[in-house]
Amino acid sequence: MIDFPHRQFAHCESGVTANLLSFHGLRCSEALVFGIGSGLFFGYVPFVKLNFLPLTTFRSGPGCILTKATKRLGIEIRKQKYRNPEVAEQELDRLLAEGRPVGAQTGVFWLPFFPPAYRFHFNGHNLVVIGKEGDDYLISDPIFEKIVRCPATDLRKARFAKGALAPKGKIYTIEKMPEQFDLPKAITAGIQDVCRVMLKTPVPLAGVRGIRLLARQLVKWPAKLGEKQTILQLGHIIRMQEEIGTGGGGFRFIYAAFLQEAAEILDNEKLAELSQRCTAVGDLWRDFALIASRVCRGRAALQDSFDDLGHLLRQCAAHEETLFQDLQAAIAR
Amino acid sequence: MKKTDVPQQGGLNAGCREINYAVDSDGRYTLEQSVGWEAKNIALRQAWEAIVEQLHQVLAEIRVGEKSSLAYYMVKEQMDSALLAQYSGIPRWRVKRHLKPAVFAKLDNRILIAYAELFRISVEQLRKVPAAPDLILADLEQTEGGVP
Repeated sequence: MIDFPHRQFAHCESGVTANLLSFHGLRCSEALVFGIGSGLFFGYVPFVKLNFLPLTTFRSGPGCILTKATKRLGIEIRKQKYRNPEVAEQELDRLLAEGRPVGAQTGVFWLPFFPPAYRFHFNGHNLVVIGKEGDDYLISDPIFEKIVRCPATDLRKARFAKGALAPKGKIYTIEKMPEQFDLPKAITAGIQDVCRVMLKTPVPLAGVRGIRLLARQLVKWPAKLGEKQTILQLGHIIRMQEEIGTGGGGFRFIYAAFLQEAAEILDNEKLAELSQRCTAVGDLWRDFALIASRVCRGRAALQDSFDDLGHLLRQCAAHEETLFQDLQAAIAR
Repeated sequence: MKKTDVPQQGGLNAGCREINYAVDSDGRYTLEQSVGWEAKNIALRQAWEAIVEQLHQVLAEIRVGEKSSLAYYMVKEQMDSALLAQYSGIPRWRVKRHLKPAVFAKLDNRILIAYAELFRISVEQLRKVPAAPDLILADLEQTEGGVP
């Protein structure tokens, strides 16, 4: 087994990236990777369905954090997909034999170390394979406290899971680290990118406009969809916002932690203040999830609660709008 | 979120602890373990209840001869005919036909084995269904906290 610096984190992709970078000599936090890789996002895409429910996301697309964070830090990575599962497994074994930890995209449905209740057909999971003992792989999955074991047959199924975002055996390794890092430049680029997608996306589904769109549509759900479907869709938003891997508050707390770290690295007092405001936005999202969950449990009158929920969402949108405007100004100085 | 507010309400996570980001008394961010939060436990449980309800529906359809037993295992594995087709390598139009009892009854053993292996059951099991859904929410939750 490779001596791998496993640390437990909130989110799989930023966690995997942070642990891989640490192995290769750049010890960094998950929050820093998340921020440099501009992981924060909001998107509400009603015509794309996930488990038959409209897609709501609080983060950028799978693979974005790894790609953007490594690019902005000047790190070379190699990504590979496979057609043939056997070749994919041989290649993985070969890299492990060379002593190299290997990042992999997998589905979670087939991973036996996941709690049964979390096993859905979701294919955007990431983990690091760090060794093989007999027929078991040893895996550093940043969602879990300790190194986990996974039989080779199960990992093969997970690497070749089918459906949306099918990983097709995708693995990635870090090929070359630069001699020195320009952290301030990478952080600034990451912040600019997030501000741009949150404020200036041309489609009304993304960023602050996406939150407002959801606010407008959500209040109409009870009348339009009936109680049952409404509650399913609401529950789905809670899961996207709070389910394993967000660090709470739809990634807003991780981002606030990033801003706190960035304030020190860039020696920019303003960012520390914006970090606190980002925490406050995360708390608002938590309030939203709490009220929404009461609606789901039938403890709150439906239409009244939906007016409250719509109001809360508009508040989130307003706070995020000024937050990202001020953030843009803070780094433009 | 303050460090002291990190929720510890167990649910369906089988005792797994996950990381929450929270602010300590000095205003510094720390990584705190949490066993779960009521709001998300409700949402997760609701997603499973929807699957169990689907299973009840499909069992009723099988009982009146509208669907084959394959439909039950497909729903249990959270698949639709498109996903089942991709996993089994059998074209979707054929998978859809196999969901009909008359077609399913005449299926070749070779195809039955393909389905059974995918679902990790035997061919005999694939041919029959339980009287009530054998996916029990209580089995998913090994630690039960704040929520009834």
